[in-house]
Amino acid sequence: MPSLNETMDLYRRILLIRMCEEKIREVYPGDEIKSPVHLSIGQEAIPVGVCHCMPRGTRYFGTYRNHALYLNLTNDVEGFFCELYGKASGAGRGKAGSMHLMAPEVGLMATSAVVGTTLPVAVGAALACQYQGGDGWTVVFFGDGAMEEGVFGESMNFACLRGLRILFVCEDNGLAIHAPAKDRRGYRSVMDLTQAFDCYAASAEGQDVFKVIEKTRKIMEGMEQAPKPGFLHFTYHRFLEHVGVNEDYQHGYRKRPSDQELRQLDPAQVLSGQMARLGGVEADLEKMRNELKERIEKSVAQARAAPFPEPGELCTEVVL
Amino acid sequence: MTRTITYREALNLAMRREMEADEDVFVYGLDVPDHKRIFGSTKGLVEQFGLNRCFGAPLSEDALTGIGIGAALSGLRPILTHIRTDFMLLGMNQLGNMLSCLRYMSGGKVHVPMVIRSVVGRGWGQSAQHSKSMFGIFAHFPGLRVVLPSRPQDAYSLLRAAVRDPNPVIFIEHRWLYDVEGPVDEQVTVPIGQPVVVRQGKDLTVLCVSWMNVEALKAAEVLARRGVELEVVDVRSLAPLGRDLIVESVKKTGRCLVADYDWVFAGFSAELAAVVGHDCFRELKCPVERVGFAHAPCPATRPLENLFYPSAVTLIRMAEKMLGLDETDLSGENFYSYENKFKGPF
Ligand SMILES: Cc1ncc(C[n+]2csc(CCOP(=O)(O)OP(=O)(O)O)c2C)c(N)n1
Ligand SMILES: [Mg+2]
Repeated sequence: MPSLNETMDLYRRILLIRMCEEKIREVYPGDEIKSPVHLSIGQEAIPVGVCHCMPRGTRYFGTYRNHALYLNLTNDVEGFFCELYGKASGAGRGKAGSMHLMAPEVGLMATSAVVGTTLPVAVGAALACQYQGGDGWTVVFFGDGAMEEGVFGESMNFACLRGLRILFVCEDNGLAIHAPAKDRRGYRSVMDLTQAFDCYAASAEGQDVFKVIEKTRKIMEGMEQAPKPGFLHFTYHRFLEHVGVNEDYQHGYRKRPSDQELRQLDPAQVLSGQMARLGGVEADLEKMRNELKERIEKSVAQARAAPFPEPGELCTEVVL
Repeated sequence: MTRTITYREALNLAMRREMEADEDVFVYGLDVPDHKRIFGSTKGLVEQFGLNRCFGAPLSEDALTGIGIGAALSGLRPILTHIRTDFMLLGMNQLGNMLSCLRYMSGGKVHVPMVIRSVVGRGWGQSAQHSKSMFGIFAHFPGLRVVLPSRPQDAYSLLRAAVRDPNPVIFIEHRWLYDVEGPVDEQVTVPIGQPVVVRQGKDLTVLCVSWMNVEALKAAEVLARRGVELEVVDVRSLAPLGRDLIVESVKKTGRCLVADYDWVFAGFSAELAAVVGHDCFRELKCPVERVGFAHAPCPATRPLENLFYPSAVTLIRMAEKMLGLDETDLSGENFYSYENKFKGPF
């Protein structure tokens, strides 16, 4: 049974991500954020839960849907917004935008907007670890669509063949842009597809952060016994459109779950329910929300006021 | 009959007509049949021809390229569509090792009449992975035809020509051109391999690729007010390259500025400069100049992105330099700004 403190910490992490993204939704129509945004609303518990289990020094890789991962690992709200606003003080000095947020100083080694591209790169990082005789961990997050790229099988095969300490985390929202899984999958299920690989594998719903943590801990235990990769499959509901800040149920390519179902699919609401059961006090949560809100408002104001990169930066960091 | 339609509608019409004319023509690729329909270019095709002839696909660009090749050499006419040119890099093996050389390696017995459409993205933080054009790379492979229309009529006629062509054709569109309107006559045919003069002038030839036509026409309009006449040539087809018209134009004007929509270093602009340098050696009054992307991956932030891309202003300044003119006062000029038209997120 998790303690109230641990639960509060996890809730704070999820709330930070949620509130940052709600802020993006609020300011986006103002056209000052000139970046495609792939919001993580519904997905948050997966990176938060997995990262919660990983030791210091873990190397992480992700996709363009990386806000949750980035904010959870860095806690750097200001650098986040500065990057979205294209400012020199942003995570990528304004060169990245939302889709390529990286922070190697906390282990977020690379994210990419070309589907599947970080899979083999993460395997390479795990190989480097093995090569150097280390026992560090590598985690790669990817969407269900990435499993359709040839490089997925190639990367899994190599990692399993070499017994690398890498955790593949599939964030499965059942969609690739607007294409549902049934229009893309010639295989029976994600777990069936991974069955043939010599790795540990598990699957769960991803909106409950404690379930994510439980599955992650369990698979890590196995991986510590025998040197094999792990494969974690988490399903989640994408609340908004693929890219952008709006709901998109009205387009009819997917059904809107009922309000009650949506509550049960929302990682923040699921967790707040658990917190109440643990004796969490609404006043404490209110305080948390207010603190976060203040921080986010301040970061956005700072990001808006911050300078853009100087023209001379256009061609820096191309080669050494 | 001539109608005014958008570039997007012209693409759509071309596919529709080819699908009507030939049952072997089909359109496929990621997101082709969803409600957004590749920025509207594949609109209505599912409704008219069914999901058998216009279908979406798994995220498998490498295999999708090969699947198109297999279908084409078996008698079909596939049109593979990529919403970004960057994703063609995943199909590069099939493109470079199969598509471009099957005909040659089979001694001419195997034909691959396949079209690969792709859209070049720009603006709103498309940045390094959603903005590449890369046509020079494709044109580098013997065996591929490479086409980049900039006007609705060319989009229509060249796409029809591409589908009918017995060779593989890489057909590259620019996201910002989709809203450009122009006259389109369904009966007009345009053969692949011919550039076109889109504005006549006597002082300097600007050789343009894709979006740069729009910028060059604006530059020509501005400079015309002080009596300088740019001749704007839309290269239109990179492979095969219609040398004659290009050479004729530069011989007439004696000056050549290549307005490329790609990186300058080792890019297609060097090919054009070499052609002009060789064939117009005697007529050239000054060295051939080239403009293109800055030598960096495309940045996300708008101020750097503005510097990354060449524009009408870049062309005006370069033309002034080549003609020995002082700088035109550009204050008060209204240059293209995508905020007026294209607001993200994609
Ligand atoms: C190689 C490649 N092909 C196509 C695209 C266009 N695209 C961007 S996101 C996306 C869907 C990816 O779905 P999934 O991997 O499930 O991630 P999700 O967006 O659902 O998180 C596609 C097709 C791309 N970015 N890269
Ligand atoms: Mg998905």
